[in-house]
Amino acid sequence: MAAPFIDLPWGIILILLPLAAAMAAFLWPSMAKAVGLVTAVAVVVAVVGLGWQLLDHGLYRHAIGGWGAPLGIELYADGLSLLMLMATALVGFAVSLYAAAYFKAEDAARFWPLWLVLLGALNALFLAADIFNLYVTLELVGLAAVALAALTGSATALGAAMRYLLANLLASLAYLLGVALLYHGFGSVDIAILATRIAPAPVAFAALGLITTALLLKTALFPLHFWLPPAHASAPAPVSALLSALVVKASFYILLRLWLELFAPLGAGAGIDALLGLLGAAAVLWGSVQALRQSRLKLLVAYSTVAQIGYLFLAFPLALASSVAVWSAVAYLALAHALAKAAMFLAAGNLLRFGGHDRIADLDRAVQRLPLTTAAFALAGVSIMGLPPSGGFVGKWLLLEAALTQGRWGLALVMILGGLLAAAYVFKVLGYAFTPAAVAHKSTAVPASMEWAALLLALAAILLGFMAPLLLPLLGIGEPFGANGAGP
Amino acid sequence: MNTAVPYALVGVGLFALGFYALIVHAHLLRKILALNVMGSGVFLLLVALARRSGVALPDVVPQAMVITGIVVAISATALALTLMLRLAAASGRAELPDGRED
Repeated sequence: MAAPFIDLPWGIILILLPLAAAMAAFLWPSMAKAVGLVTAVAVVVAVVGLGWQLLDHGLYRHAIGGWGAPLGIELYADGLSLLMLMATALVGFAVSLYAAAYFKAEDAARFWPLWLVLLGALNALFLAADIFNLYVTLELVGLAAVALAALTGSATALGAAMRYLLANLLASLAYLLGVALLYHGFGSVDIAILATRIAPAPVAFAALGLITTALLLKTALFPLHFWLPPAHASAPAPVSALLSALVVKASFYILLRLWLELFAPLGAGAGIDALLGLLGAAAVLWGSVQALRQSRLKLLVAYSTVAQIGYLFLAFPLALASSVAVWSAVAYLALAHALAKAAMFLAAGNLLRFGGHDRIADLDRAVQRLPLTTAAFALAGVSIMGLPPSGGFVGKWLLLEAALTQGRWGLALVMILGGLLAAAYVFKVLGYAFTPAAVAHKSTAVPASMEWAALLLALAAILLGFMAPLLLPLLGIGEPFGANGAGP
Repeated sequence: MNTAVPYALVGVGLFALGFYALIVHAHLLRKILALNVMGSGVFLLLVALARRSGVALPDVVPQAMVITGIVVAISATALALTLMLRLAAASGRAELPDGRED
């Protein structure tokens, strides 16, 4: 029917539009907010367009400027890329709505260009088809994220941002060294070409070690998570939401993609999948316990991210036996966490603005005074705990099912314990939200759009639970998890 | 022995040396310089490995990657230096805050 609409080059638009908008927002600060909001909506439209295209034609491949692999740069999208782009567009839209009310004059002029660069870089990352292009986009994402984390300019935030930057740059260089080795060993950077050539040679194992470690550091898997809680907790609320929901997922996406296409046979032989599973289990337990121990709301939410990232890695040792089900579960879990965690950080930002602090013990009847925000926090908590009918439930249930059918009782136990601990820290917050504090505090009004943005994301995380029959086939486009053949 | 191998080994050596300096030095300027040394190590490795045995002309793809890498490294270093100056102005020390905040 609407053929011209479908055939627009959506992949290109997804990258160029935010970058052009970032430039415009930087040059004309007075229009930054309007430009940012329009771009956020346009990106949602473009992702829908791309999804339509994928449903129509299957895989999306585009050689930029007519120069394809092996020399040129190619864009590539399958179901997995589409899911990540959807998460980015949705979270990006809600956070933009929130940020429009959150940032005033000068801060707004700094926030919008950086956020739009981050948006363009994330989209480019999810569409990249070669490992060097992934390096460039990963670096762009990292630099924009660090600059955003430093936005408040306080000594705490600057220190956290500096630590974040050093960890990021170290990881990028290790990744680049891995890329250099892969190119030397197998003569290409295109993932599809590499997938046909890679062989268990020493150079491949060296690259596997370097690239995996680099991406674990960027994804903040325990014990490489040291930079995450301070950076995510000291950033302004909309930035925390973006960092926890999207930026961490970007490096995880690269790891997943490279693991699926290149490293799975090598890594499984060397026991790396078991190691990743073990670290994931440690992250679930350690992150949850740390979250429970925090007295500040934003640090609690940040440690919860450390724990939830662990879940994504529990899949690696399970994937050998039932790969499609397990990887679909992981993708679903990543999407659900992106929505729920963004909602939690936005809700935490509302509480912080409302009471002027984020001490959990002094939430002082927030449930009566900020009902929408507290509802958003509770609904997001339902998805984080993995209770039905949320998106988090679907992902965790599929993982748990795989662990049980394979008889991996240890992993199953960790998943259940992690859920219980998550319930404990969510209810700790909600408990204080229902009780009056000993001393009354002054409060500041919170704009309605900030409350609704948080609630919108939390509702989306819950609705995700009902969307599984719709989304799982979408995820299967191009068979990223190798149902009957290779992916890209 | 291939003439490229010594260069590649020096590249790996620089990477390791930079990594060591990044860990042991507390001053941020030294950490930033250490990252630059690591970057130079990777670039040297890329250029060295571009010359394959038996082929007269070196491969241009790694050289293009090095150019891109240098652009990225410059931007990253600029951001790191700016952050360091702001941090030094705000906290009085050009070092990472040790321990966690309350």
